[in-house]
This record gives sequence, C-alpha cells and structure tokens, in this order.
Amino acid sequence: MTWQRVVDDFRTWARVNSPWVVHFNTGSCNGCDIEILATLTPRYDAERFGVKLEGSPRHADVLICTGPVTRQARDRLLRVYEQMPEPKFVIAVGSCAISGGVFQGCYNVIGHIDEVIPVDVYIPGCPPRPEAILDGVVKLLGHLKNPVLEETIQEAG
Amino acid sequence: MKLDTTVPQRFVVPIGPQHPALKEPGHFEFTVDGEQVTGASVRLGYAHRGIEKATEGRNWVQNLYLLERICGICSHVHATAYCLGVERLAGVTAPPRAQAIRLLVAELERIHSHLLWLGVAAHEAGFDTLFMYSWRDRETVMDILEALTGNRVNYSANLLGGVKFDLTPELTDKIYKGLELLEERTHQYVDVVTSDATLLQRTRGVGATTREQAEELGLVGPTARASGVERDIRTEAPYAAYPDFPVQVVTATAGDLEARFVVRLQELFEAYRLIRAVLEKLPPGDLQARMPRKIKPAETVSRVEAPRGELFYFIKSNGTDQPERIKVRTPTLCNLASVCVLAIGSQLADVPMILAGVDPCFSCNDRMVTVYSGDTAHTQWTWKQLRQYGIDYYRR
Repeated sequence: MTWQRVVDDFRTWARVNSPWVVHFNTGSCNGCDIEILATLTPRYDAERFGVKLEGSPRHADVLICTGPVTRQARDRLLRVYEQMPEPKFVIAVGSCAISGGVFQGCYNVIGHIDEVIPVDVYIPGCPPRPEAILDGVVKLLGHLKNPVLEETIQEAG
Repeated sequence: MKLDTTVPQRFVVPIGPQHPALKEPGHFEFTVDGEQVTGASVRLGYAHRGIEKATEGRNWVQNLYLLERICGICSHVHATAYCLGVERLAGVTAPPRAQAIRLLVAELERIHSHLLWLGVAAHEAGFDTLFMYSWRDRETVMDILEALTGNRVNYSANLLGGVKFDLTPELTDKIYKGLELLEERTHQYVDVVTSDATLLQRTRGVGATTREQAEELGLVGPTARASGVERDIRTEAPYAAYPDFPVQVVTATAGDLEARFVVRLQELFEAYRLIRAVLEKLPPGDLQARMPRKIKPAETVSRVEAPRGELFYFIKSNGTDQPERIKVRTPTLCNLASVCVLAIGSQLADVPMILAGVDPCFSCNDRMVTVYSGDTAHTQWTWKQLRQYGIDYYRR
C-alpha cells in the first residue's frame, strides 16, 4: 500500500463521515426546503450521518438544490457551485428540481437543475418525504465510500 | 440603492441571495456606519416563476394544483382563496361540512406554520435548542395533516366545490391526542419566550413598531396584531365556516419581537380551541357540490387569512374553462416594507431577527419583475409611481 493510497483512504473516510451541506433555493415553493430542514431536526436527525448544514458554499461538500431554475437564480446557482471546493456533489430535491415539475413552461423558468450544473442524486416527490431525502444522502455517501461497488450494483440492477 | 463613494466610513453589506439566515433567496443591502444600520434596501424576484401568467394557460382544475404550489408552507390557504373565489364566480356554494373541513385544515396549517416560524426565529437568535424542540413538536401536526390528507406539505385538501376527504372517528381521536400534546408544549414555549433572559435580550424592544407605524406601513397578520392593530380577515370578512366558528383576535401592544413571539404563540391556543369546536360540531352532509366546467365572464375578489396575514386573490373569468386573469397578493409583500424601515437605526446583528420577525416567505412574494436595462442603478419606486405604472401598463 502506497502513501498516496493511505492519504486517499483517509480523505474518503473523513468525507463520508462528515459531509457538510449547503442549501440553495433556485425558485422552489418552499415545500422541499422545509422538508430538508425537517430532515435535520430531531425526528429524522440527519446529523447522525455527520451531515451539517453550513452557511457558506466555500466550506461545503454537498450542494442541495430545490426548485426549478429561474432566470434570476441561474447565475447565482452557478456562482454558488463554482465557489464550492472540489470534490463537490449536488443533490436535486423535488420534482421541480428534476424536471421543472408543475412550473414547466412558466416564462421565468429556465428548466431543471441539471440543465445548469451536473447533478449526482435525484430525489423525486412533491415534496419528497424526509425519509426519502435521508435515503438520497445515504446513497450518495455509499457511493463515495465505494464507487466501484455501487456502480456494479447499479449496472446489475 | 447606489453606493455613496464620497463618504468613506460607510460600508454596504450585501446579503444573499444564498445566505445562511433564511432558506429562500432574497438579496438585501444594508449600509452600515460601524455597527449601526443607516440604510436598507431589498431586491426580490429570485423565486419569481411567472405563476400568474401560467394560470391563464391552464383550466380551472389544473390551476388549483399550480396555485397550491405558490407556497409550500401555506399551500392550503392559497387553494382555499382560489376555490372560494371560483365558487363565487360559478355561483356554487360548497356544502357546510366541506367548509368546516376547510377551516380545520387551515387551522392545522396555522399551527404548523407558527411552530415552523418559532423555530426559524429562535435559530436566527442563536437559540438552536428552541429550534430543535419546536420542530420536533411540529412533527405531531405534520403527522395529523398527513393522516388527514395523505401528504405532509402540499395537502391538496380542496376541490372546486368542496373537499377531498372526510373525517373518521380514528382521525378525530388522533387530532384530539395531538392537540393535547401540542397545547402542553405551547405553554412551555410561551414560558420560554417571555422569561429566558438570553432570548429576551434579542427580542425585547428590538424592531418595535408603533400602532401608527403599523397602520401607515399597511402591515397585516400577526405582525400587525403584535402592534395592536386588530386586523384579521377571519373576523372582518368571515369566509368558509368562520361565521359559525368565530375567532377571538389575539393582539399585543408592544410591537417588538417579543410581542410577535407572544401573539403567534397565543394564536396557537386559539387554533386549538377552533379545531376542537369544529370536531365537536362538524355539520353532516355532502363533501362536494357540482361545479360547471366553464364559467361565464365575471370577476371577483377573494380574501383569506393566511398564517402570515391577509391573502388576496383577484380572479377574472371569460366564459371558457380557463381564467382570464388571476392576481395574487401575499402577506409578505405588505410586511416586507417594514423591514427596510425598522432596520434603519438598529444594530446590524439585529437585522436577521427583524427580518425573521415578519415571517417572510419569498416564494409567495415574488410576483413582479422589473428588468433594468444596461448599467441603470437600482431605483426605488414610490407608491404613486407604481400605481401610475400599473394604470399605464393596463391602458396599453
């Protein structure tokens, strides 16, 4: 085992055990946002997976986006994404973030999140239940821990 | 607001649109002199999606689901305001049982919204323990709403002409049990917000609004009631089943953040009382009246009391199955002006609290968008200019 491997393993261990998330609302109706907050509060308690809501994108590993992307929010979303240090991961929460949802065709809506930035995990629902959001986060962490295994499972499944 | 470069000791603090204080996008610029705020401006529109225009391309039933998603926190009141308006246009009245169930869900939603606000406001004050406690207890009412309607947030309880679900004895029992727990917890919260020394330092006397100011700024909802203005659509123009179940308006006189905490918590007791009254005297009968598919040309105004204040709908029909125009004015828009006024002269550290004090909801709020061409500096519109703009716009 080389030193590089040891350092990488250590980094992965740290990343998987304490993912800091930053949350950005790109034009959502608030429904998903309050469910994300509910996920962090005692009933669902995402903190047991080391998840911490962070104020600044510069300190965060995971960006949680909600809502369709509006024209005003597009540049801000890009700026928030670019400010995050590598490696960074994006979770799109809610039907609007995935497809534009009920707001498809509104004049001020550009579309969904992955038209603007790459997305790693999609969580469907209007809004998704806190359990679903937790599941999405855990899936992302599982992927970080063992990307090869997860990809094989996905291909097989 | 333009940055004044001639006075070097002034500094503009830009906040947002992504910021840790609120979960929604809004951009604020505060001019500070040391710690003192000397100027404030707000820029909205990050969550503007163009819903009002989108309603014109959808039929009456589809719009119900679209308008419910204006705001995820107060989705039921949006749907209620819309349904009541459309029913009035069509000359249909929902059966009494449906009206009572509408009231029931509206009050449950008020409980969930006020508990949510309590948590967020406590979080702004740095009192995260209260945030966690109030959100834990909020799950009780979320469970009730889910058991009733099948969804935690966008309930879809309303239909045009009625409601979707009926109450069963099991559900009634569940609600009674939940209310008992919540009532006990609310007593404790009232105790905490009026006696905790650390929280009181952040709330007592901060952002105080006098009655005259509140009336002049046109505040609505609990924000106005905390300043002693008895303004509540549920008593001024009772809708749904509110004529049968009268509301006692809760007011306070101080107008500061502490008064806003107390008014919202006392409103919870009022909501518990109303829900119990509805469950005891639920009128029998049908759940839905028959609605026509097309509605003859007419226009109406529909007002309901959202958890944050007066929600106003203007609905115009044109004889087809689609509306001609729907205009929504949400309570946050009325209250947000007070933030810019109250922030001036206060400490910068108090600004997030003052902002949270009006219970802002930007996704409700972002209705109009003005595009500035080129390098135009930010401008502020007076009420007169805005009114003239509106008149000219519609004359064209």
